[in-house]
Parts: sequence; C-alpha cells; structure tokens
Amino acid sequence: MKQLYFLFWGIVFGIVLIKSEVASWFRIYEMFQFDSFHMYGVIGSAVIFGIILTQVIKRMKIKSIDKQDLVFVDKDFMPKRYIFGGIIFGLGWALTGACPGPMFALFGAGYYSILIAIIFAILGTLTYGIIKDKLPH
Amino acid sequence: MNNFLYEPWPWYVAGPLISLIMFALIIGGKTFGVSSNLRTICSACGAGKISGFFDFNWKAQTWNLVFIFGVLIGGYIASNFMTPDDSISLASATVDKLNSIGISTENQGYVPREIFDLNNNAQLGLSIFLLAIGGFLVGFGTRYAGGCTSGHAITGLSQLQIGSLIAVIGFFIGGLIVTHFIYPHIF
Repeated sequence: MKQLYFLFWGIVFGIVLIKSEVASWFRIYEMFQFDSFHMYGVIGSAVIFGIILTQVIKRMKIKSIDKQDLVFVDKDFMPKRYIFGGIIFGLGWALTGACPGPMFALFGAGYYSILIAIIFAILGTLTYGIIKDKLPH
Repeated sequence: MNNFLYEPWPWYVAGPLISLIMFALIIGGKTFGVSSNLRTICSACGAGKISGFFDFNWKAQTWNLVFIFGVLIGGYIASNFMTPDDSISLASATVDKLNSIGISTENQGYVPREIFDLNNNAQLGLSIFLLAIGGFLVGFGTRYAGGCTSGHAITGLSQLQIGSLIAVIGFFIGGLIVTHFIYPHIF
C-alpha cells in the first residue's frame, strides 16, 4: 500500500514536469541563454518554498507518516566532486535538454528516442561506479 | 479550472508543487532524488558483481523506482489528456538564436526533431550520438556529483547545503559551455 503513496507523488511530478514545460528541451536551452525567467522561477520558487517546508519539518519536529523521527543528514563537504561532477552533469543536461526526472516524463509523453539517453545515463552511472576510486572527490 | 488544466502552468504553480512533492517524500521517510534510480537499476541488473558501489540492498530503493514509474505515467497523462497544444511559447530572442544555429521552432513539440526524430532525419548519426553522449554525461555526472536537479538544486538548496550550491554552479558551467560554445557549431 505504501508504494501507492510514492506512485501517486511520482504521477504528480510527471504531470508538473510536462505541464510546466520543464521537460522541454527548448526551455532548458532558453534557460542557458538567460532569455526567460520561467525556469529560474520554477527552480527559485521550489527552493524558497522548499526552505520554508524544510524549516517547518525541523522546527515543528514533524514525524514521518510512519510516526518516525525525521533526521536531515548534512552532505559531506567534498567540493571537488560537486564541481567536477556538476560540470559533467551540466554538459549532459544541455545536450539532452533533460535531467533524469524529465527523461522519464518525456518517455511517458511519447518521446521515445529519449530512451537512448536513459540507457546511456544508466551506462554512465555504471562507468562512474567502476572508476570512481580513480577520480578526485 | 478546466482551462487551467489545459494551459501551460506558470512557474509560480510548478515551483511550489515541486517543493510539495519533496515535502511528501520527506514525510514519507525518503528523499527527493531521481538520479539515485540509475544506481539502483545498475545494482538490480547485477552490477554489484563488478563494483562494490553497486553492492547494496537495492530492494530498499524500490519506492524510488515506483516513484519514477509514476513520473512516466504522469508524463503520459499530462501529454495525452492535458496538453491540447504542445508547442512551447519561447522568448523571441531564443527563437532567433535557435533558428540561427539550424534548429527549427515551427511545429515542434517539447523537443527539437533535429535531435529527437529518429525516422526522418538527415543527421541520424549525429542525433543518436548527442542523445547517447548527453545521457552518458548525465548518468556519470549525477553520480559523481552525488545528485541531480532534484537532489542538489531542490533538496540540497532547500536544506542550505553549501555542497549543493557548488554542484548547481557546476551544472550551469556545463550547461553554458554546451549552449554557447558547442551548439553553434554542430547543426
């Protein structure tokens, strides 16, 4: 039953990605040209509301739906992996016009050629896992 | 209300909804991070035999696979039942730039057929190469950086994580390089 909860929110996310055009290659190109506020508005307002909701959870000590305490773990501070990994991801984001969430939304929307990007994204993750100890982190 | 469902949703609807999804996953005892699924898929396919990085209990991540299956269904629903007009109203400056690099903005859906149409495409090899190399860099980069747009830009920044800010700056450096220095030369 609990999986239905995650299925529901996944469906909501997929609908939002298509309806807000975040899943559009064109919107990503436009964002990297700084020609429209749209994507900055989406990400910026998501972060602002996200900060508020995160603080609400922390300060009101909201529990999970299973009545468990919620703990936020700070990510380890590893600047090299964030900047190098971030740049590599950014190159791919602009080339495909899609980050991982939109890839799945686009496939559902019938843009089946995105499956090539999904398969190679899995291979990219596989490659990272194999050579990660040789990379600066 | 009907009209609202069929029109493109503005940023001030989409952004808060995305934070609500993040909130729903956190109170579900999980986190909002789509790219982790790529690692889970590797593990589920047996990659734990070739790298310890994939040797973990992937079944505990089933909820996230269910989540991205939902994203796929949501994409189907939104595209087939909620989007009568799938043309994107781009900024006129963007239209000019796209036309100047050889990408049409007429009668396009969410993606340019110059890259995504595999049937009637004079540059089929280039299209497949772009999708493959782009996808590979997404998969490699997200795991190297420890997250993608959902994990770093939304969840990480919402928790005021400085590492996520560095990652997001990296996302933009990479995206700007492709958009301004590579796209003008390939079509």
